[in-house]
Amino acid sequence: MSGPDLARGPSIRVLPRLDATNSFFWTSGQDGRLRFLRCGACHRLVHPPAPRCSYCLHDALAPDVVSGHATLHSFTVNHQQWIPGSDPYVIGLVTIAEQDDVRLTTNVVDCDADHLRVGMALEVVFEQAEDVWLPLFRPRPEAR
Amino acid sequence: MSPPELLERRAVISGVGQSAVGRRLGRSDLDLTVDACLQAVADAGLTRDDIDGLATFPGAGVGTGGFAGPSSPEVQDALRLKLTWHDGGLEGPGQLRAVFAACLAVAAGLARHVLVYRTVTESSAQGAGHRPGIGGGGRGVPRMAGFLQWTIPYGAVSAANWLAWIAQRRMFEFGLTRQQLAQIALNARKNAARNPKAIYRDPMSMEDYLAARMITTPLCLYDCDAPCDGSTAVVVSHADYAPDTPRPALHVNAIGTAIQGRPSWDQFDDMTTFSARDAAASMWARTDLRPTDVQVAELYDGFSILTMVWLEELGLCPRGESGPFVEGGGRIALDGALPLNTSGGQLSAGRLHGFGMLHEACVQLRGDGGDRQVAGPPEVAAVAAGGGPIAGCKLLTPGAP
Repeated sequence: MSGPDLARGPSIRVLPRLDATNSFFWTSGQDGRLRFLRCGACHRLVHPPAPRCSYCLHDALAPDVVSGHATLHSFTVNHQQWIPGSDPYVIGLVTIAEQDDVRLTTNVVDCDADHLRVGMALEVVFEQAEDVWLPLFRPRPEAR
Repeated sequence: MSPPELLERRAVISGVGQSAVGRRLGRSDLDLTVDACLQAVADAGLTRDDIDGLATFPGAGVGTGGFAGPSSPEVQDALRLKLTWHDGGLEGPGQLRAVFAACLAVAAGLARHVLVYRTVTESSAQGAGHRPGIGGGGRGVPRMAGFLQWTIPYGAVSAANWLAWIAQRRMFEFGLTRQQLAQIALNARKNAARNPKAIYRDPMSMEDYLAARMITTPLCLYDCDAPCDGSTAVVVSHADYAPDTPRPALHVNAIGTAIQGRPSWDQFDDMTTFSARDAAASMWARTDLRPTDVQVAELYDGFSILTMVWLEELGLCPRGESGPFVEGGGRIALDGALPLNTSGGQLSAGRLHGFGMLHEACVQLRGDGGDRQVAGPPEVAAVAAGGGPIAGCKLLTPGAP
């Protein structure tokens, strides 16, 4: 359920094109868990996916499960019908709990516009569209 | 290491030109471009046979309808130019990248007089329809790769959405208000009333602003620029031509081109700002002028929030304080301490995409502003264009540095 006054996203989900680099990310939600590439040497998360660790340039990167917890860094409620037939929806910019320089653009769902706050605690919830599991975020129980 | 040689100082803007500007002019992009180019060449006291360089932003085949303008080969052929240097492209420090490249080309001796243009026909292209976002066309849109795969699935299809985050974050960190943001739009509209070529010239009140429909909170319709048709051209010449120009040449004092943060709309390290921070810092490192020397500012307003950020990053007001700085509008008015976006900016004069700002800076420095001329005329103009990971700026002066 979304909040009573907001949609969960645009009326049409234009989807990412899956390839060898990004498939793990966009299909990660199949088991309900969020994953990022983690560097085997410096252990930092690298996002968007890159061929080497962008921090230490080591080449041992592998997808790793994260908590799915995040903080709302900023947000906007989109009203413009860029995509015809869309009701207002929230475009969030979230910082993931494990690393404060990794952000995701996402839709914040299950939250009324009046309750949106920069800094609010969020958790991932996936929405499947064709072969893609889009990570969306909703308020964590204590923030609801 | 010796200090860098400031090669951009070997360049001047020797001529400026601008086509008709309006909504749905029904003329081709090449037609408008040729008008602007011939004007700029004549203004520089040159003929097309003198032009040996050509540059544009962004070059053909980029973006949505009416965004790109004609390619440089089309313009070269239309004017049958014989070139020793040419350039066109999207990537680089914002829309002004083409001007920066031209400055360096004349400094390097690759050309002597470079024609630089930027043309938009976004109003005609959009016709009666609404303004589409990037990739936001609905049916038949292919799947997304590259950066857009991270935003478009979520309906974050326009720079309006990405920059709304900056405005919202500023509300959180600095207490920015919509009434403060409104001053950028109100100031633009007031100045546009004195610009016969401006798209929107009717008065706008705070009430009008606050009643406008929301685009993407906290940005409303009047925080977003007005698509138009029009072409702007300048001639960038070697500075040793300056004494021979029929109208005053404008000297390039310094250019700002840096980007140090991650080149991304959503991963930049500080979401109260964007690469304007880095571009401005690199510009001030190349000059003895100081922010207090700036007497007129033409700061990109594709969205009102961008102008707020440029004001701070250029040091024209303290960081985080652009809201209080513009409050009431007096300080940034034509007769204020820092006249801002004197032709009406892109918000009211039309989205000439950065080159309108450059053109207006030249107009003001030459004292050609007519009803909207600021006192002086000013001795130093700051020009800034771009937002997100594409941003560049420059200082222009009527005299040699």
